[in-house]
Amino acid sequence: MNEDQCVVLFHSTSLALRGEKLCREEKILVKLIPVPRRLSSDCGVCLRFPCVEEERLRSVFAAKALEFDDIVRL
Amino acid sequence: MIYLDNAATSFPKPAAVCDAMTAFALEIGANPGRSGHRLSVDAGRVIYETREAIASLFNMPDPLRVLFASNATGGLNQALLGFLRPGDRVVTSGMEHNSVMRPLRALESDGVRVCVVPSSPEGVLDPDDLRRMLREKTDMVVVNHGSNVNGCMQMIRELGAIARRAGALFLVDAAQTAGCVDIEMERDNIDLLAFTGHKALFGPQGTGGLVAGERVPLERMRPLIYGGTGSRSEFETQPEFPPDRYESGTPNTIGIAGLGGGVRFILETGMAEIRRHEDELAAALVDGLGSIDGVRLYAAPPERRLSTVSFTSEALSPSELGLCLDEEFDILCRVGLHCSPAAHASLGSFPEGTIRFSAGYFTTSDEISAAIDAVRALVRKGDRA
Ligand SMILES: Cc1ncc(COP(=O)(O)O)c(C=O)c1O
Repeated sequence: MNEDQCVVLFHSTSLALRGEKLCREEKILVKLIPVPRRLSSDCGVCLRFPCVEEERLRSVFAAKALEFDDIVRL
Repeated sequence: MIYLDNAATSFPKPAAVCDAMTAFALEIGANPGRSGHRLSVDAGRVIYETREAIASLFNMPDPLRVLFASNATGGLNQALLGFLRPGDRVVTSGMEHNSVMRPLRALESDGVRVCVVPSSPEGVLDPDDLRRMLREKTDMVVVNHGSNVNGCMQMIRELGAIARRAGALFLVDAAQTAGCVDIEMERDNIDLLAFTGHKALFGPQGTGGLVAGERVPLERMRPLIYGGTGSRSEFETQPEFPPDRYESGTPNTIGIAGLGGGVRFILETGMAEIRRHEDELAAALVDGLGSIDGVRLYAAPPERRLSTVSFTSEALSPSELGLCLDEEFDILCRVGLHCSPAAHASLGSFPEGTIRFSAGYFTTSDEISAAIDAVRALVRKGDRA
């Protein structure tokens, strides 16, 4: 199994918390973590998830019209 | 002491409210969403959870469209001043609180056209009267869901359908009903719902806001306050997404924590149980006060009333009666105009005002009986004087 980790960055903490909730509902394993130093984002937190889930995560966010900033491979 | 001023603010609060506030103060305390550290995230989570609880209470799918403000007044001002522009037309009822009428009168002096549909002497806004008023192009309809003066509730679902059909946004002032009356954004045709945290939602004072339904074009709703949000700080322009666009400055996190406790209490107790108890109290108040000679009730229709009643007596002025109830009987209520001169005018109690008893979920039937006995005794004594 591919264990590569990605993070999804948001414009604000409330968006990140909403993202966390939506992923949990869909059983996508996410963890709220501080934004890694090399990635700049302002709200300070992002969601880490297994990169293999990227497509599913994108479609969950699209379905709920949840805006995010970027998805980056760690 | 008998507290009958729940329409002003609910008292006491459920233990869950105090516990949530204490837990925040002792264990979290940080500024939400401003930093990446653990406590800041925990504070953000407290706010997010309250947002979600409010959203689920009103069956609103997207919790990020719950916008916190200091109270219902803040939510109402955000909706009214945020949307309406010179040349726009807004229609309202004859039962509004000054938190609607004052922003509307201010907008009127800037060129917004304000039209008031008269209410019946019981306080009811007839949907047909609204329909007639909407023959002209109208941008917004704003209606007080439940009167803070006589507890009269409006048929918001019908009114909302009429407003939407006419192409207007439907704004509901739910200051008196959010928490004690079942409200659903879509089912009830509501576009914008202003709520206050400190009444039937059982939160502390300084909480409230505005829920913006999915079809509301937020790009057209200007924020009233601009500033730091902890998001997109690289830009000097305001973020464009909700809730950040409308929530600048450090929020009342401890208050919002308490509000979350209040909403959880309601969800656990069940809205139906709250309604059942309050309907019982309302009936006892109306029957009891109505049976006293020399008391005039300004009653709402029985099928659409909250546990708030207004009355006057021939023998004593509202302020005399209120003072005697407080000093001789330890009964706390509110007299006068209740920030609602328009509603009193509709009910026929302007400018003298009324004396108002407002019961809440924690009021008991015994307290209502004692309050009615006290009014009976005072009115009889006043008659003899
Ligand atoms: C009908 C109504 N609208 C608006 C308000 C304003 O609420 P707040 O004082 O919490 O802003 C109140 C209560 O004061 C009210 O009863």
